Amino acid sequence: MTRIVASLIAVMFLLAAPLAHAVQPDEIMKDPAQEGRARNLSKELRCMVCQNQSIDDSDAPLARDLRLLVRERIATGESDKQVLDFLVARYGEFVLLKPRLNLHTLLLWLLTPLVLIGGGFALWWHNRRRGRAASDDDAVMKLTAEEEARIERLIAAQSETKPS
Amino acid sequence: MIAEAGHYALVLALALALIQSTVPIVGARLRDPALMNVARSTALAQLLFAGLSFLALTTLYVTSDFSVANVFENSHSAKPLLYKITGVWGNHEGSMLLWVSILALFGGLVAAFGNNLPLSLRAHVLAVQGWIAAAFYLFILMTSNPFLRLAQPPLEGRDLNPVLQDIGLAVHPPMLYLGYVGFSIAFSFAVAALIEGRIDAAWARWVRPWTLVAWIFLTLGIAMGSYWAYYELGWGGWWFWDPVENASLMPWLSGTALLHSAVVMEKRNALKVWTILLAILTFSLSLLGTFLVRSGVLTSVHAFATDPTRGVFILLILCVFIGGSLTLYMWRASSLKQGGLFAPISREGALVLNNLFLTTACATVFIGTLYPLALEMLTGEKISVGAPFFNLTFGPLFVPLLLAMPFGPLLAWKRGDLRGVTQRLMAAGIAALLAVALVWAWTTGGAALAPLAIGLGVFVIAGSIVDMAERTMLFRLPFGGAFRRARGLPRAAWGTAFAHAGIGVALIGIVCESTWNTEYIGTMKPNDVARLAGYELTLKDVTQRQGPNFRESLARFKVTRGGDEIGEMTPSKRNFTARQSSTTEAALLSRGASQLYISLGEEAAGGAVAVRMYHKPLVLMIWWGPVLMAFGGLLSLSDRRLRVGAPKPAKASRALQPAE
Repeated sequence: MTRIVASLIAVMFLLAAPLAHAVQPDEIMKDPAQEGRARNLSKELRCMVCQNQSIDDSDAPLARDLRLLVRERIATGESDKQVLDFLVARYGEFVLLKPRLNLHTLLLWLLTPLVLIGGGFALWWHNRRRGRAASDDDAVMKLTAEEEARIERLIAAQSETKPS
Repeated sequence: MIAEAGHYALVLALALALIQSTVPIVGARLRDPALMNVARSTALAQLLFAGLSFLALTTLYVTSDFSVANVFENSHSAKPLLYKITGVWGNHEGSMLLWVSILALFGGLVAAFGNNLPLSLRAHVLAVQGWIAAAFYLFILMTSNPFLRLAQPPLEGRDLNPVLQDIGLAVHPPMLYLGYVGFSIAFSFAVAALIEGRIDAAWARWVRPWTLVAWIFLTLGIAMGSYWAYYELGWGGWWFWDPVENASLMPWLSGTALLHSAVVMEKRNALKVWTILLAILTFSLSLLGTFLVRSGVLTSVHAFATDPTRGVFILLILCVFIGGSLTLYMWRASSLKQGGLFAPISREGALVLNNLFLTTACATVFIGTLYPLALEMLTGEKISVGAPFFNLTFGPLFVPLLLAMPFGPLLAWKRGDLRGVTQRLMAAGIAALLAVALVWAWTTGGAALAPLAIGLGVFVIAGSIVDMAERTMLFRLPFGGAFRRARGLPRAAWGTAFAHAGIGVALIGIVCESTWNTEYIGTMKPNDVARLAGYELTLKDVTQRQGPNFRESLARFKVTRGGDEIGEMTPSKRNFTARQSSTTEAALLSRGASQLYISLGEEAAGGAVAVRMYHKPLVLMIWWGPVLMAFGGLLSLSDRRLRVGAPKPAKASRALQPAE
């Protein structure tokens, strides 16, 4: 909401001047809702000549062209998905900062849940196995009567010397 | 003369590293104390020569000796002295020299302060350090010699990349390297333990302080790099999920996991095999980070393929050390005996959960960073993995992690009482719910999840406070008694509380900045007023100024709020003459934890200038968090119990310490 207000103010100050930054005053769309969509889409699109920058952040000329293109498509009434499809058809999957799920990106997307679930399962299994092993030699773990008595003595001795 | 001396010192350091990497091992096999002690003297001598070499390069930079190629390419006689010195590591060759110097420093510290280590363990640890050092000395001498001379010395240098002429980036690489390289100690200890086939709780007690030192530096280094990007790159972003950043985040995540699992190992003699693996992985990730940044593989797979000498050399180092240590691990880990049992609901269980989530997070960053490279090499297909991917996969992992975090320190070892702990955390939960309600009522717009995320941050901070209140029995004892208990608490307990609270602080900052950030983009003439988040910013004038090695245009803004003048902001744009490139110097005005941010664009006709302004609510908390974490780390480090063999005040009182 605040961003839209800011964009509106920016529209009021609209002056054609070159700017060395990302989104420039003259690019901003008249309809704040559409501008908001354009900004959100820009964050998911890569400036292809930059190192790991979205077109929303980049000040490269190509990024500006892409921002204008995105706004042009939005102005013609296309949905977000249609805009992205158009850009992918034109520039390839490389333009998306969030790769789509397909056979080639399956491992990329599935690794996180796999590690988490696999790790959780391994822990559960390990715990069960060790728990069983522990109950088998429970007798070994138990203290003898003599050891119990020694602990009693130690505790008693400590609570006497303890200052507070 | 100085260049040749520096070069020669480096060769001597290599020779010493080779001795250090073999003789002590032979000594350990023969049980010969004299041979084992060679490790100590060679490590110290190696530190001396690596230090001399580094000092030589620094001298060359300070005296602007442009007959040395490296100085010519990265320095300028008009550059301020500070940036002449920091220019030493502002380039590939110099930064690798810094890398080995820090490695030698850590080796020397182990040699100097490792008197209480068993002789054979120290010999093995230093020998492994010697292997790493030898590999990197060879790398520098064969592919990246900083001391090469030019046949015809030019009169003036090419200057350092202007973006790097900044105090933030001057201190950032040494901090980061102290972190990266510090983890080599944990690695060496792990490999030494595998070679010896013996590991116990004392091992964790030796490793923990070193890991902690590395972790503190890495935490501060990453935070500093992030703050630098925030104010220097000019568009107010502070984390870009850039592969270079990810390269430092991965060792941090696994290093954090290592810190926690080492606690379990030290206190309960459990998780030994896992801790060893984490120690190996953490340093491997540090090496991977060095490879990613230094081989040029990130800029383009093709550039890497056309000039592969350096990349292939580091890749070789990577394969030998990671492959070798993991093979050793597979071979020897089964011989390490498992220790203490524990129920799933216990302090150990909580720390295992922490490890599960941190390693998963680390794996996510790993795959996101390397997948595009691997895919392009295998299939030639190019994809991008950027912020939207990480926000979707990495972010959610922290929700369960942070929810569980306050429970951990309150649970008892071996078998914890979850219901009891939940009752004690009730106050923190109520504080969190209040925060959610307040934020939800006060703000308009933004993501619906934002108030919940802030609530989570408050829960984490309040959880730390509850933990400390419980331990000091605040509210239950008279204040004096609580104060005495607070002083008597182990420093490590305070460290935990501060570090955990730091995460909560950073989370609140991140959520506020990314949700309620407002911006103004436009062109302004003198006396134009821009309104942003209740502030009025008036452009007073634009002036030109000459700096030592740049020209800058400086804009002055008057900042008022409701008519009251608050201050002046002067963003500027600098043009560096030697490189014909420019930087934007953003102006920042802090109001509490929030900041106003102005950066300048191009100047237009008629004295107008393009500006970009932001109001970033609570943005400073993003960096206060890591500072708190590092402070917690320092507190932990100062804990007497971590210094094995430190004099104990009295036997009885030591025996009385709670089993932390």
